Amino acid sequence: MAGNIPQNLKYTKEHEWARIEGNRVVVGVTSHAQEALGDVVYVELPKVGATLTAGKQFGVIESTKAVSDLFSPLTGKVVKVNDALKDSPQTINSDPYGAGWIVELEPSDTKELAGLMDASAYENLLKNS
Amino acid sequence: MVARRTPLNEAHRRLGARMVDFVGWDMPVQYSSVIGEHEAVRTAVGLFDVSHMGEIEFSGPGALETANRLITNDLSKAADGQALYAGLLNDQGGFVDDVVAYRFSPERILIVVNASNKDKDFAWMQARAQGVKPVDRSDDFAQIAVQGPKAPGLVQRLTRVDLSKIGTYRFTEGQVAGVQCIISRTGYTGEDGFELYCAPGEAEKLWEALLKEGQQDGVKPCGLGARDSLRTEMKFALYGNDIDDNHTALEAGLGWICKLDKQGGFIGQDVLVKQKAEGVKRKLVGFELTGSGIPRHGYPILKDGQRVGEVTSGTMGPMVKKPIGIGYVPTGLATEGSTFDVEIRGRPVPAVVVKTPFWKKS
Repeated sequence: MAGNIPQNLKYTKEHEWARIEGNRVVVGVTSHAQEALGDVVYVELPKVGATLTAGKQFGVIESTKAVSDLFSPLTGKVVKVNDALKDSPQTINSDPYGAGWIVELEPSDTKELAGLMDASAYENLLKNS
Repeated sequence: MVARRTPLNEAHRRLGARMVDFVGWDMPVQYSSVIGEHEAVRTAVGLFDVSHMGEIEFSGPGALETANRLITNDLSKAADGQALYAGLLNDQGGFVDDVVAYRFSPERILIVVNASNKDKDFAWMQARAQGVKPVDRSDDFAQIAVQGPKAPGLVQRLTRVDLSKIGTYRFTEGQVAGVQCIISRTGYTGEDGFELYCAPGEAEKLWEALLKEGQQDGVKPCGLGARDSLRTEMKFALYGNDIDDNHTALEAGLGWICKLDKQGGFIGQDVLVKQKAEGVKRKLVGFELTGSGIPRHGYPILKDGQRVGEVTSGTMGPMVKKPIGIGYVPTGLATEGSTFDVEIRGRPVPAVVVKTPFWKKS
C-alpha cells in the first residue's frame, strides 16, 4: 500500500522524508514506515551539533517488536532534535509528517537533494516493493 | 516451505491482520496495534487464535501413570477436570518444553505443547512413554483464547454451562455458540479468561460468534505481538527465549511446577534435587531499565563492564509504561534492588531487579 505521500517532500529508499525549509532540512520517517513498524515505543536521537552523512545511520527507531536504523537523507549538521519524542515516541505513528519529525539539519551540500526521490518516485518504489 | 494455516486464516485476513511466519505457521502478529490489543486484554477482552498449539493425548488404562512420568507436575494429585502447568525436562533438568496437562480422567490425559516444539515433544514422548503410547491429536483441535476481565461475561452469554463453577485451571466440556468445546479457565496473559478447544471445522463459527457478541464488551482480535507483551508483563516464560534446553527449571524460577517428591519421579528430577540442595548459580529475574532504551532478547547483561548474563525477553511494557526485561543473572545479582547494565548497541544502560509480575491490577 502506498499510504500517505505528501507531494512537497523528498524521500529515501529507506523510507525517510526530507522537507526543505530555507537553508535547513527537516527529516522524519514516512507514513509507510511507521505503519510497517507498528507501535513506536522508543527513538534514539543524535545530539545537536552532530554531523550526519547521507545514507549513513544516524539513529534508531524501535517499535513493540522491531529495531530499525534511521538513515540520513543528506550530509549536514544537526541543528535541532525532536526531544518530545523521548516522552511520546508514538507521535511518529499519529503524525509522521508533522509533530513526529525527528531532526533538523543544516545540509553541507544541497546538491545531494537531487539524489533523493520525489513523491511519485517514492510511490513507485512502494508499489514495486 | 508453505506456511501452515489455522482454520481461522481467512478470518484473520478479512479482519486486515498483518500476517507473519511463526515457526512455520502463517499467523497474525497484529490487527490494528499491538499496544491497543494489549490494552484491550487488560481492560476488556481480546481473542487469540492459538490453534497452532499442539495437542498430544494419552488414553486408556495407565494413561495417567504414563503421562505423569513425563511431566514435572503431579497429575496424580490433580482432580479430573483440572489442568496443570508443567515442564518436560531433559536429563540435565533443562526444558524440552513447557506444557499444560489436562486430566479428563485417569484414562485420558491431554498435553498441550508449544507449536514450535510439537514434533520434537511428540518424538520425545514416544521414545520415553512407558506404557500408553501418545497420539498426536493436533489436527483435531482448533483453539481460541478469550482473555480479559470481560471474558467470563462474554463467554457466559454464549453458553448454558455455568462458568462460575469452573475455577482457575479447571475445565469442562460443553457448547459455546452452538460449538462443542473444551472450556478451560486458562490462558497466558495474566488475565481471567478461557481457552476454547473445538473441531477445526467449527472454529470460524465460534470466532465470529465471539467477535459479534463481544462488540458490547469492546472485544478485539489480538495477534502474537500482544500475546508476547502480555506474557512478558507477567514474567511468564516463553520457550526459546526464557526457558530452553540449557537452563534448568530451578534456574528459571519454575521449581513450583516440579514436584520433586513425586511418586514415580520424572525425567530430570535427580538433577533438580541435587541443584536444590546445592543452590543454583544463576537465576531468571525481571528488571526495569533505569536508563533509556528497550531491552531485547540476546542483549548482554554486564556487571562492572563484564558480561555476566543475557536478556531473554524485553519490551516497553504497555501498561507499566517502562522498559522491562527478563534475563539470567548470577544468583548474587538476583535479589530485588540489585543493579547491573544491559548493553544496548554497545552502550551500557543501567537496570534494576524488580519484583514480578511487572503488572498487577490496582
